[in-house]
This record gives sequence, C-alpha cells and structure tokens, in this order.
Amino acid sequence: MRHLSTKATFNSHGQDSSYFLGWEEYEKNPYDEVQNPKGIIQMGLAENQLSFDLLESWLEKNPEPAGFKRDGKSIFRELALFQDYHGLPAFKRALVEFMAEIRGNRVSFDPNHMVLTAGATSANETLMFCLAEPGEAFLLPTPYYPGFDRDLKWRTEAEIVPIHCTSSNDFQITETALEAAYHEAQQRNLRVKGVLVTNPSNPLGTTLSRSELNLLISFITTKGIHLISDEIYSGTVFSSPGFVSVMEVLKDRNCDKSEVWNRVHIVCSLSKDLGLPGFRVGAIYSNDDMVVAASTKMSSFGLVSSQTQYLLSALLSDKKFTKNYISENQKRLKKRQNMLVMGLERAGISCLKSNAGLFCWVNMRHLLRSDSFEAEMELWKKIVYDVRLNISPGSSCHCTEPGWFRVCFANMTEETLDLAIQRLKDFVVEHTANGHSKSNNSSKNSNRKLLPKWVLRLSSSDRDHKPDER
Amino acid sequence: MTRPRPRTHESESETRNPTGGGGATAMRLIVPLQGVVQGRGGLILGSLIPCALFYFFQLYLKRHRSPKPGSNPTSPSQSSSNLSDLQRSSSRSNLSSRGSIGPVQVSSRASSIAKPNDSPYYIGLDRVSGDPYDRLDNPNGIIQLGLSENRLCFDLIEKWLSENTKDSVMGRDGGDLSISGIAPYQPSDGLMEFKVAMADFMSQVMGRAVSFDPSQMVLTAGATPALEILCFCLADPGNAFLVPTPYYPGFDRDMRWRTGVDLIPVHCRSTDNFIISITALDQAFNQARKRGIKVRGILISNPSNPVGNLLPRETLYNLLDFAREKNIHIVSDEIFAGSMYGSEEFVSMAEILDMEDIDKNRIHIVYGLSKDLALPGFRVGVIYSFNESVLIAAKKLTRFSSISAPTQRLLISMVSDTRFIQEYIETNKKRIREMHDLFVEGLKQLGIKCAQSCAGLYCWADMSGLISSYSEKGELELWDKLLNIAKINVTPGSACHCIEPGWFRCCFTTLSQEDVVIVIERIRKVAETCKISS
Repeated sequence: MRHLSTKATFNSHGQDSSYFLGWEEYEKNPYDEVQNPKGIIQMGLAENQLSFDLLESWLEKNPEPAGFKRDGKSIFRELALFQDYHGLPAFKRALVEFMAEIRGNRVSFDPNHMVLTAGATSANETLMFCLAEPGEAFLLPTPYYPGFDRDLKWRTEAEIVPIHCTSSNDFQITETALEAAYHEAQQRNLRVKGVLVTNPSNPLGTTLSRSELNLLISFITTKGIHLISDEIYSGTVFSSPGFVSVMEVLKDRNCDKSEVWNRVHIVCSLSKDLGLPGFRVGAIYSNDDMVVAASTKMSSFGLVSSQTQYLLSALLSDKKFTKNYISENQKRLKKRQNMLVMGLERAGISCLKSNAGLFCWVNMRHLLRSDSFEAEMELWKKIVYDVRLNISPGSSCHCTEPGWFRVCFANMTEETLDLAIQRLKDFVVEHTANGHSKSNNSSKNSNRKLLPKWVLRLSSSDRDHKPDER
Repeated sequence: MTRPRPRTHESESETRNPTGGGGATAMRLIVPLQGVVQGRGGLILGSLIPCALFYFFQLYLKRHRSPKPGSNPTSPSQSSSNLSDLQRSSSRSNLSSRGSIGPVQVSSRASSIAKPNDSPYYIGLDRVSGDPYDRLDNPNGIIQLGLSENRLCFDLIEKWLSENTKDSVMGRDGGDLSISGIAPYQPSDGLMEFKVAMADFMSQVMGRAVSFDPSQMVLTAGATPALEILCFCLADPGNAFLVPTPYYPGFDRDMRWRTGVDLIPVHCRSTDNFIISITALDQAFNQARKRGIKVRGILISNPSNPVGNLLPRETLYNLLDFAREKNIHIVSDEIFAGSMYGSEEFVSMAEILDMEDIDKNRIHIVYGLSKDLALPGFRVGVIYSFNESVLIAAKKLTRFSSISAPTQRLLISMVSDTRFIQEYIETNKKRIREMHDLFVEGLKQLGIKCAQSCAGLYCWADMSGLISSYSEKGELELWDKLLNIAKINVTPGSACHCIEPGWFRCCFTTLSQEDVVIVIERIRKVAETCKISS
C-alpha cells in the first residue's frame, strides 16, 4: 500500500461531514425558474451577479483587448510568453488605481508593493506562508469565513485562534476579546504572529469602525505582531458609515514612517468587487519589502493568466467605466439587501444592520428549540430540506452564539429572491403555529445520518469541486 | 533547502566538553560543595558529577542562546509564552535592511525565499532582462539561450485567433455571447469541457498511442503548481524524491520550497547518454535509507530537460519494477511530449500502463501548454493520475492555483480544433528540427558536440574542451565568459546538478536563423580565447 502524505489523507476525512449536506442537496436538486421551480435555492454562495450587464456592454464596445489587440496591432506573442511573476505593469497600475478609487482616493497604492495571485484564496495562503512558521497562530474575530480554516492552515500548518465577538455589541471587536484570544493562544503554547480581519466582514456584512481599526493598530503595535486586512468586499459597501481601509487609519495616525507600517498587509480581489470570481484575480499589498519579495516568488504557484491581466488592464483603465460601475453596483446591492431585510422583517426575522457584502447576517435565534448548536443544526436541516433554501449556519463560521445564519442575496434574480423570502415566511408561520413539532414533508432519509460530532470536525471539512463558498 | 538538524543535538554534544576538562575542574567543584553534601565519597561523586554536568549544561545554554538566522523552520522550543521571548527570538529571521530588532518579522520560509537566488540559472535570466538583445535596438545585448521558450509557431496561432476569437472568449448562453459563462465561480480544478479538450489534445500530441480520461485529470495554473501539489500529496516534510541528473533547475524551487520535501540527485553519465540506470537509483535509495530519509518517489522528465532525450520503453518498465519493489511513486513530467523533432517514438508512462495490468496507483503524469503550445503566459498545467485519493486531494488544492475562466474558454475552442492542432504539431516539429540542425551544426563547426537528443527546445552541448580546469569552477568560469564576453546566456550543467563539468543547455527556439549565426560567431570568439589560454 502506497502512502500518501498526511496532508492528503487528513483532508479526505472531511468528506463525510454532514456540513456538506446543504451543498450536496442543492447540487442534487437545484432551483431553476422554468425547469425545477420547487428546487433548492442557493443562498450560500457569495457571488455578485447583479452587474454582469455593465461588464458585457463594455466588452461589446471594446472588442480589442479580448482579441489580444492594442491600437489595432496584435500583441498576442507578448502575452503568450508573459509569465513574469512581477505581473503586467499596466494591469498593476490600473488595479492600484481601482483600489484607490474604491477607497474614495483617500489613500494611494504603489504598484511595486502589489503582488498578483490567482484569487484572494491564493493571496491569503501565500501571506500565511510568508508570515507564520508551522505551528504559529493568527487571531481571527468570529464569526469568520469558513474557508479560512482551509486556506490559512492546510499547507501552511499555521493555527487560528478565535477572537470571540458577540451580538451584545453587534459583533464588534473589543480590547477584552483581543486580549482574551491572545491569552488563549499562550495557554495553548502557540506563538501569535498576527491578527487577520475581514473588512468589510464576511459573514457579518459590516465595515469595521474607525475605533475598531485604531484598536487593532494599537494592539498589534503593543504586541509587535502583523495585521492582515482582507478587504475583498471593499467595493460592495453600499451605505453609511462607508468603508475605511486600515491604510487610511495608519495614514491618519502618521504611521507611515513607523515600524508598524510594515506589518500591515492587505488582501484584495476582483471576485466580489467586480463580480469576476472565475477570472481568478487577487492581490497582496504590503509595505514590507521582504514580504513583497517572498510572495512575488511564491506567486509562481498561482499566476494570473496574461490574457486576463491584459483584458482587465483595459477594463480598469477606463475610468468612466469604473466610476459608473462602482456606483451602479453599490446602488443595486443596496436595493437587493433592502429587499431581503424588509422581506425577512415581514416574516418576523431580524438581521444585523449591515452596510456591505453580498449577504445578510440573519438572526433566527427565536426559531430555535433551545439555545444550542444542536438546535441550530435542526433548524438548518429544516430550512435546507423543507424550505429548500441553502443558507450557511453560524456554527460553520465559528460563531459563539447559536441561531445566526448567513443568507446571500446577490447571486440570483429578483424574482428568485422574492420566492425565497416567501418560502421562508411560510415556514415561519407554520413553524410558530405548530410549535416546534417535527416537519411533515421530509421525504429525504439522509437527514437521519447527521451526527452532532460534525461540529468538531468542521475545521477539517471541505468539499470537492464545488464553487467557492465565499 | 534541507531540513537542518534541531539545535538541541548540537548543544548536547558540546556541553560534554566543559566537564571533559578533567579532574582539576571536578575537584574545584567538589571541594566547595563538600561542606554541603554529607556522606561517603562514592555517593558524593556519584551525585555531584551529574549535578556538575547539569550545571555546565545550563551555563552553556545561557551563554549560547542566540538563535541562528534563517535556520530551523519548526521550533517548538520557541513557542514560549513569554512576550519578551517573542521579541528576542524573532530577530533570527530578520534580514530586512531596516535592521530593527523587536517585533515579529517574516517567517523563515519567506526570508530564505526573498533572498536573491544565487543559481547561475536565475542570475543569467536576470542579466538578460537587464540588457536584452534586439537586432535593431540593442545589437550588443545579451542573447537569451537560457529560457526554454518556443517562438517558432506564433504565426499559426495568430492566424487561428484572427479567424476564431469572436466566439471563443466568452461562453454562449442560449445563443448569445454572455459573460455569465466566464465570470462566475467555476470548479477549481477546471471546466469539464476543458479537461475533455486537454485529454484529447494530450493524446493527439503523443501520436494517439494512448488515450487519456478527463475524469483522471486535475487542471492547474501551469505545470509549476501541478508539481508542487503532487509533492504535497505524495510526501511529508523531510521525505525525499529521487531525481535523475541533470535536471531542470526549477525543480529545486517547485518541489522543495514550501513542501519541505528534499530532492536527492541520482547521477547519470554521458556514457549512457544521461539515461538513468537502475543500479544508480538503487544505490541512491539505499544511501537515503541509511541516512534515515524516507524516499517517496522518483521524479523523471520525459522527454528530458535539459538533455532532450527520451526514456526508452525498457527503462520505463525498469523504473516501474523498481518503484513497485520499493513501494514508491513515479512522477513523470511529460511537458515536452509534443516538442519532438527526431525520428524516435515518444512513449508516455500512460502508454506503459495501458499495456499491462500493473497497479497504476503509483503513477502520476504532469503536463502543460507552456512548451508544446508555447503559451506559458496563459498558465495551463495538468496533473494526470491513476490514484483516486491523489486526485481527490489534488482537486482540493487547486483552489490555490486555478486557471482563469476566459483562458479556459479560449483554449477549449483552440485545442478542440483537431485539424488546426494537427497542422500545428507537424509544423512545430519541422521548425524545431530545422533550428536544431542549424544550431547543432554550427556548434559542431566549433568542435562542440551535443548529446544525442530528439526532443525539447534546446540542445545539451559538451563544452568541456573549452574549460580551463575540468571542474565546476572551470565550468562556471566559462559560463561567465559566455555571459559577459560573448554575451549569450546559457545554462551551465552545474545549475542542473550534472556530475560531469562542461555541459551547457542552449535553447534555440527563441532565435531566428540569423540570430543562430550571430550566436555561433560569438561563441567562436570566446572559444578561441579559451583555446589560446589552455
């Protein structure tokens, strides 16, 4: 019997985790307006499909870049051979300008400090390789994107220690929570290398406040550790208080000549802001020369196709387009979010007040049979099988309070969203009318397979060839 | 980047020295303590000497505590709960020019990678980008012969593009071109349509001697991550792969950097035309075992880089037998399979497996479009495996190295155009052969012979007649002359771990016929100075 590596065999354990059920059920029975109107509606995928038309019209009006042409001349050969891990200069310039534009041009970025990677997934892992030794830890505020358990830990062998946030203050990060997490790491004999935050947050959909950012900067200064700010949702901020990047706060504190300046790193991507996750475009931005040098070389394992870089450099250099896209996209997201929030409200369900993201953090605690994760699982199963909506349970995001769910709203048509809200409304009515009696329509026997143990195995869970769950 | 031994071993062996100093030291210890310790002499010595040893051990540790920079990637002793320890020990990985010691810096993986690479392979590439030859703009620049790129058939692809691009980039959604075909998330291991197209392409490129099953395929952003992913799946940190030399310098980076896996060279000789011998493989395997290193597999490149020869069928069978006997894997990098110009027949590992009912779970093939279709910028690589578990694990790891969707769409159209591909393969072969013959003949005129080869985008030239001393030093001196005087960048054999000095890899598919003449002329000038001085 040949051996595989421990990494390869370890990860195959996650296969039978019941967490996959939602996705598997969706794949077996996907909703389609015409062909399968009773199917499961996908609300667990944070994808932005609201602004495709804007991209399509630009592509139609600008056929040259897709055709490998520039000013009428073919540049195919250059692109075919271009595999320089420093990236296409024109693309990096356009990308840093786009990033600055999203931040209201209150900060500017230097293309020489940017490293391109095949998606933010690759960027996060690469940063981890660069900042942490195997066995060292990063602190992450909960709830956090489930994919981090994979991306930050798998091959890097780094550890994650949670910073517990609660609904008592809308899940904001507090000094107490930070210190507690640091202490917990020490108890576990883990050396803390840094803090990683997602701003705007996934799954909360909120932007970090200035005071939280200041708190974080003070914390990493005192402890002498790194801060990674995953800002991939920065372009999805649709209402006040608006987006404040950690770079902005550093600048305001006149930190640009100080030491902490080199320990703050940003991750960005075009998967959410431009709705192009299929293109696989991510980037690391760092002021630390060594991080830039090391991650540039490491990006060999995940370079962005030169064809894609060129196409996007043309798209992003069109300032008229980017200005219009950013504002129009935000308008549409706002409208959609509002639709979901209002609809849930009518069903007696509240959401965390959010101003960003492609999802809402929904409070269904009042629908739980008991204040426990078992009850959350029960409710989740009902929603997947009976209500036929695939949403993400808070426990998968390491939320400390049961009863919260992430519900996406930007990956479907308005009609589908309406239908989803209606289904949920009907469920709530029935649910509260019947007390917490067993649901009647579960024709699927696979519910019985579920074990509470899956909660513990979550960190090793994964799915194969399913779309990224962000 | 080999794993250094843990520091504790070193300190233990050295602490024995202070107390080994003899009776005098021991007496000085014992006398002051005599008043404290009661009892008979035997008991005293029996208890004091270990105490003394311990005392000196602590003293030694206190004095020699400063950690070495960049060493020891795993250091459980460092994860102390003391904040000040955090500050002090982090300085070991601080190679930054700012030089302040204190807060955490980057990981040792980063600091070792961030250093400029000192291999002549990389140095040469850097030098060329600083002063690249251009017939018109920079006729005295350095001519690149160190990058195995194929520029001979772009006209064919350009023609295809001009006739086909409109439909090919975006997907078709109900008859209309739609971005929803390429914008949303796709399976991280590639679109099924692309896998189908690649399976057929690989079969076509290998002369239809074997067929490939798309469900055994995982697509990655280039062959570079394909190799790394396989490494992560097949070996643990500290394990090793046996690699016949000379080998592609990039393997040292791709297979070792982040995986912690080591490469053990298995030297091949010019007398065998650099074909691996099972005896040498066996020797290397046993030596590794004696050193306590677990060998997980063999990495071969076939067609070979840098030599450009093919592994004969019999060698492939022997390798399989060896792998089975030792219970290890074989990774076969077949990325140059479509860049054949000789008359020999390429035999893929897949073909061997087809023939026999051998257990196939240990065989994995790596492929890509960077050489055969000359599209390194598009980042298309393939892992082809017969092992279900490897496929499952590799699929998951592709999330870090997925191919861009618009690129997949474009290439599905191109690669599925069998008629175009046939024309391309044949023309490509012809043009590589022409360039090869021209170049090798040119070298022959200078008295430089090349190894027998029939594939690849380069030749393996024996310039040992021009080196002043038959050693790596002599070889590098020649390399330096070629780079700085002749102004051509070639890859010296030592960068490829070749055990015989004087061999150089010269890539000729980035040249035009006129360039070849210039290159030969430049080499001639240097060759003459070498002959004068020797």
